[in-house]
Amino acid sequence: MATLTTPISEATIRALKVGDEVHITGTLYTGRDAVHKYLHEGGQLPPEVKLDGGILYHCGPVMLKQDDGTWKCTAAGPTTSIREEPYQAQVIGDFGLRGVIGKGGMGEKTLAGCKEHGCVYLHAIGGAAQVLAECVTRVKGVYLLEEFGSPEAIWELEVVNFPAVVTMDSHGNSLHREVLAASQAELAKRL
Amino acid sequence: MSALLESLIELIRRTSAELPDDVNAALVRSLEQEKKGTIAESALKIIERNIELAKRKSQPLCQDTGSVIFYVECPLGLDQITFEETAREAVKQATKRGYLRQNSVDSVTGKNDGTNTGPGAPVVHFHQHRSAETHVRLILKGGGCENVGAQYSLPAEKLHANRDLDGCRKVILDAVLQAQGKGCGPGILGVCIGGDRATGYEFSKQQFLRKLGDRNPDATLDALEQDILKTANELGIGPMGFGGKTTLLGVKICAANRVPASFFVSVSYMCWAYRRQGLTLNSDSSIAGWLY
Ligand code: SF4
Repeated sequence: MATLTTPISEATIRALKVGDEVHITGTLYTGRDAVHKYLHEGGQLPPEVKLDGGILYHCGPVMLKQDDGTWKCTAAGPTTSIREEPYQAQVIGDFGLRGVIGKGGMGEKTLAGCKEHGCVYLHAIGGAAQVLAECVTRVKGVYLLEEFGSPEAIWELEVVNFPAVVTMDSHGNSLHREVLAASQAELAKRL
Repeated sequence: MSALLESLIELIRRTSAELPDDVNAALVRSLEQEKKGTIAESALKIIERNIELAKRKSQPLCQDTGSVIFYVECPLGLDQITFEETAREAVKQATKRGYLRQNSVDSVTGKNDGTNTGPGAPVVHFHQHRSAETHVRLILKGGGCENVGAQYSLPAEKLHANRDLDGCRKVILDAVLQAQGKGCGPGILGVCIGGDRATGYEFSKQQFLRKLGDRNPDATLDALEQDILKTANELGIGPMGFGGKTTLLGVKICAANRVPASFFVSVSYMCWAYRRQGLTLNSDSSIAGWLY
């Protein structure tokens, strides 16, 4: 199994193909609906957020503030990605993302963006909130918390061996497209 | 704190953190069936680990703790008003304790007051019976899987589905195909053939109260359940839609009368994080036993 350590080079990403399992170690930034809309409309990122060569995670984590003021992540499963389809390809290109993590897969526009800019879609296990929260070793920071609220803010997470599967690669292949077509054909035989 | 309040909070905790035995067993079986070394197998292994961790830490299995739906079977004379008020309070307390995520949003203003209560939240269904016992069942229904539910009106021309059992079979399998892995499969289908638009979905959800291993007492519906389960698992959609042998863990179908002009087939989809539990209350409202 490949380990991806952020920041990730284009060559590393281009070597990945659909069906590869990976473990991610380094930094993930969360971003979901509000962040994508904000970036799409030209919103500026705080200087601490370094998306170049990085990974964006479609996730609204459950965070608890500790007595010493630090944050603890108690649940961190993926949310449905397809809602970001209108924005994702542009965000990948504008910010130099090498990976997007979520669940359910994304569409043709994002697939084309992955191919053009050298990025992959990584599918995390939906519902595995506890396993994935255990991979978060530290909450390094939070940005746009006031503006967007906790689930929608950008959380900077330090992760170790975060498991995911490449379901859309940078060569135009999508496991979601493949499985849909194959299952459609199988169903047709059984009707 | 009243005994009823305490019992209901414990019901919520246990439902959120622990999968019922029948669901666990079905997941273990599906893990054995998946080919070794596939991503389907890996996905199920992570799911297994998640189930174990959530139980041990008494933390929500999934961060989407879903819509909170109570089903109460009660003797004649139970004070339903007090019961419902207590259920709402239990939801608030369970949210404070972190058994439920702050998960309920005002649909007009978009505000989330963090209590998980409001119009239609939680839902409490009462059903009187002649026994002296009170059974309280709870389902936490996640949003991702709710979004892939579907209601068909027969005839459905595009699917060549007529107003007969074969037509029902076609649309139910279409729902499985459309869902792919988006409802966090392997999933469980609850289906209602007939009814109106509201009762169709209502009854389809009630099918989730059945145990996975039970058999439908109606031979025709039983045959349809077995057929859909087998066929769906031949489609190769697999856990999370990664491809593989386990697309569904179970199919439960009921029928309700319809008016001649309508023929609905309502399909609800439950994710692998099938949070359903129930208890029987003692006369002092403490917990007498668990139903699943
Ligand atoms: S569909 Fe179920 S397992 Fe998936 S995120 Fe929603 S509640 Fe969790």
